[in-house]
Amino acid sequence: MSLLHFSIIAPLILAIFIPFLYKKVKAIHTGWLIVWLPALLFIYFLQFLPQIQNQGAVEKTVAWIPSLGIDFTAYVDGLGLLFALLITGIGTLVVLYSVFYLDKTKENLGHFYVYLLMFMAAMLGVVLSDNLIVLYVFWELTSFSSFLLIGFWNHKERSRYGAQKSMLLTVFGGLSMLGGFLILSLLTESFSIREIISQAGSISTEPLFIVALILVLLGAFTKSAQFPFHIWLPDAMEAPTPVSAYLHSATMVKAGIYLVARMSPVFAEQGLWLWLVGGIGLLTLFWGSINAVKQTDLKAILAFSTISQLGLIMSLLGVGAAALHYDYLLENFYMGATVAAVFHLINHATFKGSLFMVAGIVDHETGTRDIRKLGGLIQLMPITATIAFIGTFSMAGLPPFNGFLSKEMFFTSMVNVLHLDIFNLETWGVLFPVIAWIASVFTFIYSMMLFFKTFTGKLQSEKLEKKPHEAPIGMLVPPIILGALVIVFGFFPNILSQSVLEPVASSILPSLVDAGHEMDIHIKFWHGFNPELFMTLGVILFGIILYKTMEKWIPIYGKIPSFLAFNYVYDAGLKQSEKGANRLTNFYMNGSIRHYMVYIFISFIGFLTYAIVRNQAFLVDTSNLAPIGLYEVVLSLIVVAASITILVAKSRLTSIIALGAVGYTVALFFLLFRAPDLVLTQLVIETVSVALFLLAFYHLPKLNRKEERMGFKVTNAIVALGVGVIVTLIALSAHSQKLFDSISKYYVENTADKAGGGNMVNVILVDFRGFDTMFEIAVLGIAALGVYGMIKLRLSRRRNE
Amino acid sequence: MKSNDLILQTTTKIAVFIILLFSLHIFFAGHYYPGGGFVGGLLTSGALVLLLLAFDIKTVANSLPFNFRIMIAIGLLFAIGTGAGALFFNVPFLTHAFDYFNLPLLGKTSLHTAVLFDIGVYLCVVGATMTIIQTIGGSE
Repeated sequence: MSLLHFSIIAPLILAIFIPFLYKKVKAIHTGWLIVWLPALLFIYFLQFLPQIQNQGAVEKTVAWIPSLGIDFTAYVDGLGLLFALLITGIGTLVVLYSVFYLDKTKENLGHFYVYLLMFMAAMLGVVLSDNLIVLYVFWELTSFSSFLLIGFWNHKERSRYGAQKSMLLTVFGGLSMLGGFLILSLLTESFSIREIISQAGSISTEPLFIVALILVLLGAFTKSAQFPFHIWLPDAMEAPTPVSAYLHSATMVKAGIYLVARMSPVFAEQGLWLWLVGGIGLLTLFWGSINAVKQTDLKAILAFSTISQLGLIMSLLGVGAAALHYDYLLENFYMGATVAAVFHLINHATFKGSLFMVAGIVDHETGTRDIRKLGGLIQLMPITATIAFIGTFSMAGLPPFNGFLSKEMFFTSMVNVLHLDIFNLETWGVLFPVIAWIASVFTFIYSMMLFFKTFTGKLQSEKLEKKPHEAPIGMLVPPIILGALVIVFGFFPNILSQSVLEPVASSILPSLVDAGHEMDIHIKFWHGFNPELFMTLGVILFGIILYKTMEKWIPIYGKIPSFLAFNYVYDAGLKQSEKGANRLTNFYMNGSIRHYMVYIFISFIGFLTYAIVRNQAFLVDTSNLAPIGLYEVVLSLIVVAASITILVAKSRLTSIIALGAVGYTVALFFLLFRAPDLVLTQLVIETVSVALFLLAFYHLPKLNRKEERMGFKVTNAIVALGVGVIVTLIALSAHSQKLFDSISKYYVENTADKAGGGNMVNVILVDFRGFDTMFEIAVLGIAALGVYGMIKLRLSRRRNE
Repeated sequence: MKSNDLILQTTTKIAVFIILLFSLHIFFAGHYYPGGGFVGGLLTSGALVLLLLAFDIKTVANSLPFNFRIMIAIGLLFAIGTGAGALFFNVPFLTHAFDYFNLPLLGKTSLHTAVLFDIGVYLCVVGATMTIIQTIGGSE
């Protein structure tokens, strides 16, 4: 176990001690006791930066289940490292923030930090695992800990609803992803991602390959809240704000992005990949930004904005896959899309994290997150307002913040789609820049809404629950750091390009790098008068116009019928499936034994008929039949007559006596076929059972003792006839094809010599096969004790009552 | 009104012994002729049932103070014990042994461990049947 493995599971180990620390150390906020760990991990992961840049990846393996090829292989390359840095870095800030956000006395901090540390370890595990199964295990742990964190305030109904929804959707995706992983491992006979990548070319023609692609994408899309699985994210906003900032802006929702990026080398050659990742991403971008505008809750706006930004990153990754089809050196500008995706990923984590923290501060200091009640906070909370200004303007894609740079790169990539001539992109590709541009306009609008409606305008102190004032400094430090990063990355983007962007891009598109392409990423602030610049100007222009006239067109949203919303589909689907399952179960499990008998017999008939027809087993061979004598005929007629009497008799007494007649006739058959032991036993047993029947008859309740003929039901008749016919046919066929001689000859020869007996039946019963008899008498004993128990216990209970 | 069952009771007294003897005959003949522990046991309980019909439950319980539930257990013990006894002689479970002996009074007779097993069957059948009939008969 190396230090690297230890650092991945270190949060889990610390989580074990949290409950004790929480109980014992009452004086200090529990958050202070753990904030050092993510910070330490962040520093530890920073050390890898130069190493990754110079020598490539670092790999450490610990055997877990070697016989199944499942080993805990930690693999640090550019992509994994970027995510690890995000997780630990923002994790540190979020823990720091939560110390001031969550009250020491009111909240159950022990639970909170256990969940948070669990989540942190799970995320580190996801991004640093090379083994698919280990990745999946950590993946589900993120779903699980996220479920616990969303439902942290479990006394609130909305929290529980949001937690359940996110759980159902992400676990659905997780299980699909597991299916995809298993297919991949079947095709390549390995669970290692790098092994699969190395075989990607040879397995891509397999028919199951596309299935794996779709299943893996389902996992990525549900986790990253892509269309139409985005609906869990807005409901996850019921979580405490540090959780929203951490999970639902910077880390967990990017797990899907990570997966897409990680799997790009495997799948990206496929046209379907480009269309699905690019198309769904673009659709999500569009849908998220459109919906964000109509929200009134700060966190809801941020949730939809996260959805849309994730869509943006996803679409860039999709377009970046086109780079693989153009491996000539000059102007491989599709590679730029991948770089833009990574760059925006970093940018988004910085500004969205700070914005969530700002929303938390506003909520904490005013008591509401509703933008209709907020306004004019800029005088009271100048620092918060400044951070919000940086965050929102970066999100809107305005200079000089980092959002501007990544948005420009995004437009460049989308415009470049127009030059693609593969996978039918020459016809539909024109939609890419158009949709991207419209979505950017709406992004601009909600970003402006977020800032101006909260911090400018008139202060409505009568609507606020608390008297607003600036937050404590500890709560402000994390968003200030993030806001500062927004500006630093905005002005000096190239500090990232050598250290982070190049290694990450080379992990996403390894084949291009291996082919000897010089990676020279240089982000420029000013790149001349090109279409992207005019698009940005257009975004600003139209954005301002639409923002100013918002009162006019916002009512249009109210006119969209509710059943078009995906929440409606989800809720109705959940309700209907519950109702449907209930109805189905009530339909066939109706509690009537008669029905269950019908099911059993119909399946009996069905399976046996199928087996006979399938094997063509029906055969009648009359060659070894014995001659039929007069006695047999007469006895058979008696049995048939008695059986019919049982069915049609009006009185139950008649039926019982007819049943007795059948029994005695069977005894006569035994006599005729020379089985004296059976005759004796059958006679006595038939007598006893008829006596018991009469007893039962005598004790029938007086109320319903109507003497009625048994009713006729067509189904019953058909089923009964079917069973009779099928059993007869099987008996005939079985008799007609004897494959082996009987073993009875052995008994005949050895009864006297070896067992010292003369009655072969009895010798078989007690000697040759005495074991059966032993348990048959045990059955008899159990039956007797059962009768005794039922009657005596019932009586004593009645006496007690 | 007290009915007078003198004829029934007198005949029963005689018939029961005949039936019991017949059941013992059937039981012991089992290894060579039709019969055995099962039918023998059923016939014995038939005799006891006849007693139950002629007299009442209490009288029969007084004259035959058996606990039939324990009889089931003893029967099962006989059957299992016979089987387990084989293990002491290093042969598989339920291996029987027999030989011919010259007994006083009976002369040359074969003795067979299968009879012990059959006694188990017999006791179990008598116990089970009587338990069922007594329980049902004794309930109101």
